[in-house]
Amino acid sequence: MSLWEAPLGGYGMQLLLGLRLTLQVSLCSYTVGLVFGLLGAAAKLSHRRSLRLGAGLYTTLVRALPELLLVLLAFYIGAGLAERLAVFAGLAPQGFSLNPFVVAVVALGFIQGAYITEVLRAAVLAIPRGQHDAARALNLPPLTYLGRIVAPQALTHALGGLGNIWLNATKDASLISVLGIFSDVLKVSSLAAAATKHYVIFYAVAGAAFLIITLISMALLEWLRRRLMPLHVT
Amino acid sequence: MSISWPFLWHGVLPQLLAAVPMTLTLTLLSALGSALFGVPLALALGSAARWRRWPAQGYSLLMRGTPMLVQIYLIYYGLGSLIPREWMRHSWASPVLRDAFWYGLTALTLNETAYVAVILKVGLDAVDRGQHEAAQALGLSRMITLTRILLPQALAVVFPMLANEFILLLKSTVLVSTITIFDVLGTANTIRFETLRVDEPLLGAAAVYLVLVGLVTLMGLPIERRLRRYR
Repeated sequence: MSLWEAPLGGYGMQLLLGLRLTLQVSLCSYTVGLVFGLLGAAAKLSHRRSLRLGAGLYTTLVRALPELLLVLLAFYIGAGLAERLAVFAGLAPQGFSLNPFVVAVVALGFIQGAYITEVLRAAVLAIPRGQHDAARALNLPPLTYLGRIVAPQALTHALGGLGNIWLNATKDASLISVLGIFSDVLKVSSLAAAATKHYVIFYAVAGAAFLIITLISMALLEWLRRRLMPLHVT
Repeated sequence: MSISWPFLWHGVLPQLLAAVPMTLTLTLLSALGSALFGVPLALALGSAARWRRWPAQGYSLLMRGTPMLVQIYLIYYGLGSLIPREWMRHSWASPVLRDAFWYGLTALTLNETAYVAVILKVGLDAVDRGQHEAAQALGLSRMITLTRILLPQALAVVFPMLANEFILLLKSTVLVSTITIFDVLGTANTIRFETLRVDEPLLGAAAVYLVLVGLVTLMGLPIERRLRRYR
């Protein structure tokens, strides 16, 4: 069958669905990563030694290990542990098993969280000390201080780093194709390539899909950067 | 999770340690290759001539904007499928073309070159304009200016970034385990499939990578201190 009779040899629809899954995994894992990152940064900046040590261990370990290995660890060891823990704690019935999508999202989010922790920590530390003293002098409630003083300034400092991590998150979403249980855009391309022997075309299509995600993200991030520029007080 | 320590110690770790040279070879060769190709690419990225700058920017976007896994598959399966089978079987290059190692190394090097070039460009941009002019006034050749004046100063600026990139490269070598290269993770996966045990091979591999990354980090520190005098 010629490749051009149907769009991409009939794989067009599957590729689009794969792209949707890849985007879902990227977005959800990044959101989870932001949560881990916020908690991690809060722990690293905390006065409690134990929290600082724990967060330090988290970022050091995650950033020292290859992402693919961490994903394998999450699927083959972490998920099983979490399932048994949930059953043991009485939160889930016997024989409960986690949804693979959830495992993938939490695993990738856990990885991105370590990098986001460092970016957020640095962003908060970049805020001049005087801002803190001024807030104290004005007797601002702690939540107002965090929400109106720290968050906006930290965000402008962190935007570049957070953007880079998002770009990495979209690329790291391709790692789940190795597990063989997800029909993400790379896995569909692999299957189509092997079935039709048109390896170059299908892997080029997969590459193009990721490149388009990257280009759109870069444009959005640039727009966001311009929007937030007025907040930049230097 | 049930770890059998004797199995981890006597069955898994010796095999994983035997695969460390493969991981290190891949890392070092692709680091060398990317340093070599990264310099001209960095110069092209900073070039005023559009016909030099645009292809360089296109290349770096392509390499940095797509997952390394896609690039590895494209080179291993794609390039492999383009080479005529008959020719490949009888050619002198056959041992090279059949071995996944060279495809993996090519993919790693092509990818890493783009990242190294962007870092080197940052360094070259940081070198004071006056250094160019002084070198020109002294009548130094362009090659000498580059290798003796610009690159040492650029390296001193970006060495921490390059050291960080080296660690990222070491970590990304695991991706070639997907094309039947037996690096540390590839070996761990083989043990996993052969023995049907997952805990020991994966945790063993994690320990090995942790030690490797730790050692590389420690080795970078004295070099960083030495290079500081160029700043």
